[in-house]
Amino acid sequence: MSEDKKVLVDVQHLKKHFVKSRDAWGRTSEVLKAVDGVSFQINKGETFGLVGESGSGKSTVGRCILRLYDYTDGTVKFDGQDLAKLGEKQLKPFRRRIQSIFQDPYSSLNPGMSVLDLIGEPMNIHGMYKDVEERKEVIASLLEKVGLKREHLYRYPHEFSGGQRQRISIARALSVRPDFVVCDEPISALDVSVQAQVVNMLEDLQGEFGLTYLFIAHDLSMVRHISDRIGVMYRGRLVEVAGSDELYDNPLHPYTKALLSAIPVPDPRAVVERVIYTPDAAAEEAAVLREVSPGHWVALP
Amino acid sequence: MNRTKWRNAGLELVRSKMGIVAIAILFIFILGAIFAFLSPKDPNALDALQRLKSPSSAHWFGTDDYGRDYFARALYGGRVSLMVGFSAMILATTIGTIVGVVSGYFGGWLDNLLMRLLEVILSIPTFLVMLLLSVFLKPNLTSIVLIIGLLMWMNMARIIRAETMTILEREYVLYAKASGQNHWGIIFRHIFPSLVPVIIVGATNNVASAIMMESSLSFLGFGVQAPNATWGSMLNNAQGYIAQAPYLALFPGLFILLTVLSFNILGDILRVGFEPKLGKR
Repeated sequence: MSEDKKVLVDVQHLKKHFVKSRDAWGRTSEVLKAVDGVSFQINKGETFGLVGESGSGKSTVGRCILRLYDYTDGTVKFDGQDLAKLGEKQLKPFRRRIQSIFQDPYSSLNPGMSVLDLIGEPMNIHGMYKDVEERKEVIASLLEKVGLKREHLYRYPHEFSGGQRQRISIARALSVRPDFVVCDEPISALDVSVQAQVVNMLEDLQGEFGLTYLFIAHDLSMVRHISDRIGVMYRGRLVEVAGSDELYDNPLHPYTKALLSAIPVPDPRAVVERVIYTPDAAAEEAAVLREVSPGHWVALP
Repeated sequence: MNRTKWRNAGLELVRSKMGIVAIAILFIFILGAIFAFLSPKDPNALDALQRLKSPSSAHWFGTDDYGRDYFARALYGGRVSLMVGFSAMILATTIGTIVGVVSGYFGGWLDNLLMRLLEVILSIPTFLVMLLLSVFLKPNLTSIVLIIGLLMWMNMARIIRAETMTILEREYVLYAKASGQNHWGIIFRHIFPSLVPVIIVGATNNVASAIMMESSLSFLGFGVQAPNATWGSMLNNAQGYIAQAPYLALFPGLFILLTVLSFNILGDILRVGFEPKLGKR
């Protein structure tokens, strides 16, 4: 975490507890700690990868930053502004600056809307490009940027493949010139061959538009490629944060080691030793994130 | 609303013989109700000499106990029955959709309040309420439509609420929220269009049950008042003459049966048609 770069997103002690059940008087009797004290910072222009198994709370972190959830505790600062303190009205400019790409290409586009309407929706919300012809031009050039064609303007989502739909989602997110994009597993539902294309495209667009990404994923192979730094989440906590090469070459937390050993090797003869992580819940609770070497933080149990 | 969905539903309707028959029957009945005034016979004209005549070329459906032409009465009766059916359906569907969407979308205490209210109304026997209300209210078309409509929206509301909650979880709604779309934008652009098939299917079934309810009310003598006919009141009247003139019960009974059945078949076919097809071309 170098000091010379400008911090764009600052998450401090973020907690999100869901109510699992209530007693007869309506008081909370059981909570699910989806995110339990997560802190990290994302510098302007970088990609921060967030990895972890299903249910580790990584998507919840993304949704808290998007203010889709009211979080239980902690702060999320965007460009120095505490988002939790803002009402929906003051939040609106930030809703333009923070955009999102979701996981499921089949549910993230409204099936009844044409590509023009889909990409035009955020423009409508924020009152941008009100002139019909101008808007059409902007959307058509966005389509070309993400590898689609102008003819696709009047098509409907069911006419596209999963990869193409994800490209539409990306064009939609970029349509309002955001600073920061939360990519919530944008490639998990795609074929491996398409994954690489989409990741490369995201990288190109990052350079062109000066974007900052939060890249959430559950497999580590693509994340290494795109991320500058990676945070590993386990059961609602960050267990390790490091630069991506440092994390892969020198994993310190046993869970990170287990996760890395699970990356498939495309060679049938390769003998891969699987590391199985057997956590000790009490030690896990007590562990605190400590900087062991510059920029490499780990919460050892 | 997905275009393929509409096309599938349309295809399903055209392809099934039952669907075509149902549409034809309803079409004929609706035409008959609209153009009832073209009938040369007055449905309320008495003729003491022509009492209880069997169907003939002069009186296609025969005459009733006051010598009124039964064919004309069936036409005008159908007009009332269908009108009550459609109006009550529109009322029930509107209330049901609004309550369902509001309840499902906003959730929380509002959802709790509306659903408890709905359960209270649902727990009172419908017929009892209808009979009690028709004692206090002057029985006319408006009050009958109101009574039936206000007692029928609950199932619709429940279905719409459940459907709304499912749609809310879809990622395009999450995206719209995260991009700053306001509540009405989300409801009208994203939720309502996906609800249309559910609403149509619910509405078709609602027409059928509204016609049934009106007939039952009229049969018990609490519906539209004499001398105006409805299919239900004609059936009621026919009771006393079931031995001498069975056709008096046959015609209105058959019409109620056919209408309700047709609407239900239509609803079933549309429901199947709107469902996503898997591996079927």
